[in-house]
Amino acid sequence: MSKPKPIMRGQMPMAKPNNLGNTVKRVGSYMKEYKWLLVIVFIAIISSALANVIGISFLQVIIDDYLEPLIGNYNETLMRGFVTVIGVMALIYFTGALSTYIFQRVMLHVSTKTLYKIRIDLFTKMEALPIKYYDTNTHGDLMSHYTNDIDTLREVLSNGVANFISAMITVVGVFAMMIYFSWELTIIVLLMLFLMLFAVATIGGKSAGYFVQQQQHLGKVNGYIEEMIEGQKVIKVFSRQEQVVEDFKVYNEELRENATKANTFANILMPVMGNLSYILYAIVAMTGGVFAIYERLTLGTVVAFLQFTRTFSQPIAQLSQQLNAVLTALAGAERIFKVIDHDPEEDEGHITLVPVQVDDHGEITEVTESTGVFAWKELKQDDTPTYTLVRGNVVFNEVVFGYEPDETVLKGISLYAKPGQKIAFVGSTGAGKTTITNLINRFYDVPAGNISYDGIEINKIKKSDLRRSLSMVLQDTHLFTGTVMENIRYGRLDATDEEVYAAAQLANADSFIQLLPEGYETVLTSDGGNLSQGQRQLLAIARAAIADAPVLILDEATSSIDTRTEALIQKGMDRLMKGKTSFIIAHRLSTVRNADAIMVLEQGEIIERGNHDQLIEEKGKYYQLSAGMFELS
Amino acid sequence: MMKKLAPYVGEHRLYAILTPLMIIGEVALELMIPLMMAGIVDFGIQGDGGIAYTVRMGVLMILMSIVALIFGALGGKFAAMAGMGFAKNLREGLFDKVQEFSFGNVDKFTTASLVTRLTTDVTNTQNAFMMILRMAIRAPIMLIGATIMAIAINPQLSLIFLIAIPVLSITLYLIGSKAHPRFLELLERYDKLNAKVQDFIVNIRVVKAFVREKHEEDKFVESAESVRKAQVNAEKLIILNMPIMQFTIFSSIIAILWFGGNMVIDGTFYIGQLSSFIMYIMQVLISLMLISMIFIMVIISRASVTRIVEVLDEKPLLDDEDGNQELELQDGSIVFEDVDFSYNEDPDNLVLKNINLKIYSGETIGIIGGTGSAKTTLVQLIPRLYDVLHGKVAVGGHHVQEYKLETLRDQVAMVLQNNVLFTGTIKENLKWGNQHATDQEVEEAAQAAQAHQFIQSFPNGYETVLGQGGVNVSGGQKQRLCIARALLKKPKIVILDDSTSAVDTATDTAIRTAFKEKLQDVTTLIIAQRITSVSDADRIIVLDDGKINGFDTHENLLKSNQIYQEIHQSQGKGVNINE
Repeated sequence: MSKPKPIMRGQMPMAKPNNLGNTVKRVGSYMKEYKWLLVIVFIAIISSALANVIGISFLQVIIDDYLEPLIGNYNETLMRGFVTVIGVMALIYFTGALSTYIFQRVMLHVSTKTLYKIRIDLFTKMEALPIKYYDTNTHGDLMSHYTNDIDTLREVLSNGVANFISAMITVVGVFAMMIYFSWELTIIVLLMLFLMLFAVATIGGKSAGYFVQQQQHLGKVNGYIEEMIEGQKVIKVFSRQEQVVEDFKVYNEELRENATKANTFANILMPVMGNLSYILYAIVAMTGGVFAIYERLTLGTVVAFLQFTRTFSQPIAQLSQQLNAVLTALAGAERIFKVIDHDPEEDEGHITLVPVQVDDHGEITEVTESTGVFAWKELKQDDTPTYTLVRGNVVFNEVVFGYEPDETVLKGISLYAKPGQKIAFVGSTGAGKTTITNLINRFYDVPAGNISYDGIEINKIKKSDLRRSLSMVLQDTHLFTGTVMENIRYGRLDATDEEVYAAAQLANADSFIQLLPEGYETVLTSDGGNLSQGQRQLLAIARAAIADAPVLILDEATSSIDTRTEALIQKGMDRLMKGKTSFIIAHRLSTVRNADAIMVLEQGEIIERGNHDQLIEEKGKYYQLSAGMFELS
Repeated sequence: MMKKLAPYVGEHRLYAILTPLMIIGEVALELMIPLMMAGIVDFGIQGDGGIAYTVRMGVLMILMSIVALIFGALGGKFAAMAGMGFAKNLREGLFDKVQEFSFGNVDKFTTASLVTRLTTDVTNTQNAFMMILRMAIRAPIMLIGATIMAIAINPQLSLIFLIAIPVLSITLYLIGSKAHPRFLELLERYDKLNAKVQDFIVNIRVVKAFVREKHEEDKFVESAESVRKAQVNAEKLIILNMPIMQFTIFSSIIAILWFGGNMVIDGTFYIGQLSSFIMYIMQVLISLMLISMIFIMVIISRASVTRIVEVLDEKPLLDDEDGNQELELQDGSIVFEDVDFSYNEDPDNLVLKNINLKIYSGETIGIIGGTGSAKTTLVQLIPRLYDVLHGKVAVGGHHVQEYKLETLRDQVAMVLQNNVLFTGTIKENLKWGNQHATDQEVEEAAQAAQAHQFIQSFPNGYETVLGQGGVNVSGGQKQRLCIARALLKKPKIVILDDSTSAVDTATDTAIRTAFKEKLQDVTTLIIAQRITSVSDADRIIVLDDGKINGFDTHENLLKSNQIYQEIHQSQGKGVNINE
């Protein structure tokens, strides 16, 4: 099992969505229940954009119909008309501003609710994914769905889409008004528009290309930073600081060159667009002026048209920018949906685990309170339950398994563990020890052969119930961010404080916990950074102990605990394992010495089995291992 | 805080100055355009200017726009050069600084946090810097320029500016200052949510093994809902910006049209001037909006800047300025005198207590003790990875602080417990010990560390490329490579901190035999879990809870030391084949 990879930082998804229509529909389906709110949003956006456009066209009316006629000859009726027009314009503007607020506020509600739903959906679906999915995707990739993908989607949902629609309506509205006012001037605008679009395409395209390169170099620099900071202590021990800094400078300079290019193009886009629009403005002013002098156009028309010209360029630049953002977000959404659509862990089991009471006659009755005694409950066709007591009788019959179809890790493993037995696995890395335990709890499913538990084939047992019947200490000891108390209680959520203390004492963890600054209330960081590996293992043992399940699986549970401490917890462990079937994987032979049966695994096969004395007697691999004749790695 | 970062602009200072200059040029030209438009309307169309004047002004406007375009584009280019150059220098400065850090400094920040500070935080700061270069000058100049133009055209009507500007700025300020803490709250909850997810992903096997999916889901739903609420709470204020901005612009336009229109009717004002006024007020108010956006940017990046400055301000916990350049280690002797040590320099929280040791040059010393007995801490004081709290550590005849760090560490080769190999070939990794080592020297070191054989078994031998962290070699192989790397230094003292834990006992013995034969004069300290790894050492230190519990030969300790007996028993009983 590989260690968790550090999250890659500074990664930016650049991919475009593959199936645009479908992804849009999927995002839309999350918003279905806000259908009517979205209608309101849409109306408000139109009203807001049009108010702006219509407001400008009022300039023409005011200038041509009121101001010009009124200059020098005062007229009561016209003056009253002027007041009315100004009033109507104010009303339209006020409606526009109000509409802006309305669509933003409603959209905020809809977008946050939608994001919330997508997040929850992603998380619940991710939880149900098989372990294999986690094996084949790095933590960084999985994490990026919650950070990168959701973030870009958030940005677009709360601003992007609305702005995009608004910009589109504005462009169309302005364009319509322009044609209405003067088709001749509109032609000039169109010609200029092509030039502007060309500028957007060229500059934007260049910028995007360089940004991809910049991201690659950024990834390289950040990767180097990560590696060197992680190895900083080694660098110090070898006094290699200068060399490392020299190498870093080279990467850093490469990044600077690429980043400068990428940002240059990104930076010049807006000024180029802005000033092209000023050039257009100048041309329209000049031509319009000439037209006005020849009285082909009224003064008000020219002034209003000029104002439209200014209003035109901003939404166009915005459209191209927003389009990019929307596409990036949809690509992110597509990745999220891919996770959501991934097949969940299969669970066709129907047999459940229930607490029971057994009376003197061996009669089994189901109870609600935990009694420490459990039974497998199977419903017959007529819904009458049958109970099988959980004893911890595990049998492997010719089990073949590989993580990938073309490589077999286990080649026909057969073994049995009788109730209460302690079974140990010994062997090199890759021999298949952990794999065996991963099959018992069905982290993976067996393609050939079968595994039974108390005589029941394990895939008939409901997965959650199967796992509830197994207490595990996993190979890579991970703890949760939270207090020591919470971490131990993870094994059984309703455990009392006293039970937690007892479990900690059993695992010999109590003494070091007492020495922590806040005792049991000390908050551990996610990787348990403030504890040593050995201490974390002790906590993991306590966590498994409190779960108190009929079968125990300890996968290298004491590998980082010194032998003297291990000897100290041995008593507790023995108490814990009493009456329970337990599977123990260990590197250190002293850990497995008192097992009922020791299986020596090599390349997916059990090559020796027996208890310690028998195996020593056999003078085989186990004997050689004990004598330190070869390496376990 | 900003002052602290200014020097990192460095050689890109010229561009940092040119950027605002270009932008001032662009803004100045932009400010002229409404005025010229007014000229065309009032003098060209309505006045006596006619076509000649209109075309002249039109062409002039086009030329000015082209010049403004050039200014603007150059401003963008220079901003990119200055911004990226600044980021480069800042990154380098931080990287340099981290290289100066001692173990204590790294422990304080944690590795993960340092990585974030050098990556994400630098990117945030760089973006904010570029934004400030381009906008922080542009917006105020535009604001002031447009106001001056408006006053010049019609002082009376520009009273509208005097009302609109303060009204909008105060509103934006109020919204911003109210929203700020809410955004911090949002970020905090968002971080928490992400931390939860990360926790979950790392712990997926635990979650599944204990069937805690529902539990995790409940935690997540709660967290997601709190993020949603915080987002609504923060953004519902920010979305007020746009409508209020529109409201102010629209009100100003209405006011200008009404009052200005009346002036036009009275003949004291012209239609062209009126519409230029509308353009100016829009420029002013949009600038105000930009300023408020810059403030938000600055606030957001402030957290990043603070975190960067923290790194830059950090004093390396130990330095060798008082070290004597000439001083070399005479031999491999080590002396501890009344040494107390604490990681947080707290006398009430001592990790090592009153340590007294005298190790002679050339001795092989085993160190044994339980988890948390401070074995690693003890040996880390020898190459001065940390400084003692009290007492003194002398190596090679002198107090460790009298040496230059490089001299000391070159002579004390330490194989760390959590060892790291770097991306690169095996040979490159080994040569960390000595860059100028010949191939033969590299091979010799590998042989002593019992690594030569397996290296040769790789198809590419010494040229085999290792992934980050040495992912493609097994634990035992990695440990042997690390030992070989340390041996290449040809040190006077070698410290192996549990460096053969994944190596089988036979190889472990071979390594120790090689050490005995080839490194007779080298003092060797071996920390181990296995008693067999230390039993043939000259003397063995038994550490217990930061104190020396025994320091003697294997035989004597077996006789007299209770802890040593217990360790021996925990490993020895039953498996007696070896003895």
